[in-house]
Amino acid sequence: MTQLALVIDLNVCVGCHACVTSCKQWNTFGEAGPLSDQRPYGADPTGTFFNRVQTFEVGEFPNTETVHFPKSCLHCEDPPCVPVCPTGASYKRAEDGIVLVDYDKCIGCKYCSWACPYGAREMDEQQKVMKKCTLCVDRIYDEKLPPAERKPACVMACPTSARLFGDIHDPDSEASRAIREQGGYALMPEWGTQPANHYLPRRKTARQIHPDELERHDNPLKVDGKLPRPATGEPALDDVTSW
Amino acid sequence: MKPAWSVLLLTTLLGAGQGLFLALFAADLAGIAARGLFLYGSIASFGLLAAGLLASFFHLGRPERAWRSAAMWRTSWLSREVIVLPAFMAAVFGWGAAHHAGLSKEIVLSLGIAGALLAAALFVCTAMIYACLKFLQEWHTPLTVINYAALGCASGLTLAAALAAWLHPPLAAAYAAAALAAGAFAYLTRLASLARNARLRPKSTLATAIGIKHPKIAQIAQGAMGGSFNTREFFHGRPREVVRAARWAFLALVFPVPALLLLFLPHSTGMLFLCFVLQYAGLLAERWYFFAEARHPQNLYYQAIA
Repeated sequence: MTQLALVIDLNVCVGCHACVTSCKQWNTFGEAGPLSDQRPYGADPTGTFFNRVQTFEVGEFPNTETVHFPKSCLHCEDPPCVPVCPTGASYKRAEDGIVLVDYDKCIGCKYCSWACPYGAREMDEQQKVMKKCTLCVDRIYDEKLPPAERKPACVMACPTSARLFGDIHDPDSEASRAIREQGGYALMPEWGTQPANHYLPRRKTARQIHPDELERHDNPLKVDGKLPRPATGEPALDDVTSW
Repeated sequence: MKPAWSVLLLTTLLGAGQGLFLALFAADLAGIAARGLFLYGSIASFGLLAAGLLASFFHLGRPERAWRSAAMWRTSWLSREVIVLPAFMAAVFGWGAAHHAGLSKEIVLSLGIAGALLAAALFVCTAMIYACLKFLQEWHTPLTVINYAALGCASGLTLAAALAAWLHPPLAAAYAAAALAAGAFAYLTRLASLARNARLRPKSTLATAIGIKHPKIAQIAQGAMGGSFNTREFFHGRPREVVRAARWAFLALVFPVPALLLLFLPHSTGMLFLCFVLQYAGLLAERWYFFAEARHPQNLYYQAIA
């Protein structure tokens, strides 16, 4: 069985919001209709988004780290939002595991948003139906696009390649290899929703320099007892001669 | 959670309608002949249920598609409620009409039993909509179901007492006594859920929400500065004093005030109706607090704007 998902590398994300704007652009012009905005140029603009980048500060000053955290629907393997839907508008596709909303069946009761612990679903105030990330389902199977572009818009836009897209049930996919080898984890595991999207943790990139890297213990001159002349502490030719 | 007026009205009106029908049917079962009370009482019950149903439409973004919501009864308590409510309304209507038409005892009784079973089912469906959401820890308890049923029965019995004082005075005292007992029981179970919720520890924290194991995490930006659906739907946005006032209001109005009136004032029709109105106002405050008290784990992602 296929389970398409995003794997987001928090070690690489720089918080540029390119995925947010790219997502909004693709999905507002897509075949599912606009992702409406309210008062976009007013004092309190608001609107519907599938994807947001949030920022957190971890630690206490001065030992803090800034973590940029892209957040969208996690396409849970056991999605709590699907069984509560009274109309069946919310469903999980058997063939690729994408959780979708049928905008023509949704009655806008918001019950699915109550049932999602991640706050991944938003009500479109214009269309009055529930919306959420579709993993760009209208893009990833589009045979008019070159194969390299059959990816979600956010993945295409990410300038640092912090977003990987793939089948996490296929052990050889880039996404599952990243989860396996780089400690990928799921959000709020305590609720048993088994999110398909995973996050790769921040890593420390500190450099350890050992003394033998500055002065080699296996230096052949040292081994032979033939030390450099003049010795490293003595003045060299450059120090005593002006050319 | 943000309390929605449509849902507050829906759950309280349905509860009163169900309680009233159960009260009437209990008198009918006991062999009391009060046709006028049963007829007008079932009309009142039906009216309350219809008003609740009407209120529920205001909760929908697309009310014209509401008929679709009966589809997923296998998995969704909301869908089950959508099926049980009209069935219960039909049973109430049939029971009242059968009394009015003077149909045979068997028909009236079978309609009444069907109505009572559907009333019980509706209590379960309505409450399970909230109680089944496991990460809303304040709601995910059997006490939610017990409270919905007990509070509904209490308000229905108070209304039955008022209607009886008007239409069939000999029954008023019995209904008033039953309303007192049901009110006391509902009050105790509601206090139990308040005590339980006061000791709850949220299972989700910012550390599990973003998966970074550190005790000190602070949000700097939530990705939007003008608010979003997530900030509108899941925060009641009222100061703490309002929440506290709502709690004291319902703690006073749901039981103590009606109980004092019932115990120390003569049971005139007007006084009993006043009791019902006060208790109903208390139930609205109770439902408001029920929503305001629930902390949705998604709120962890929306702690600071910028």
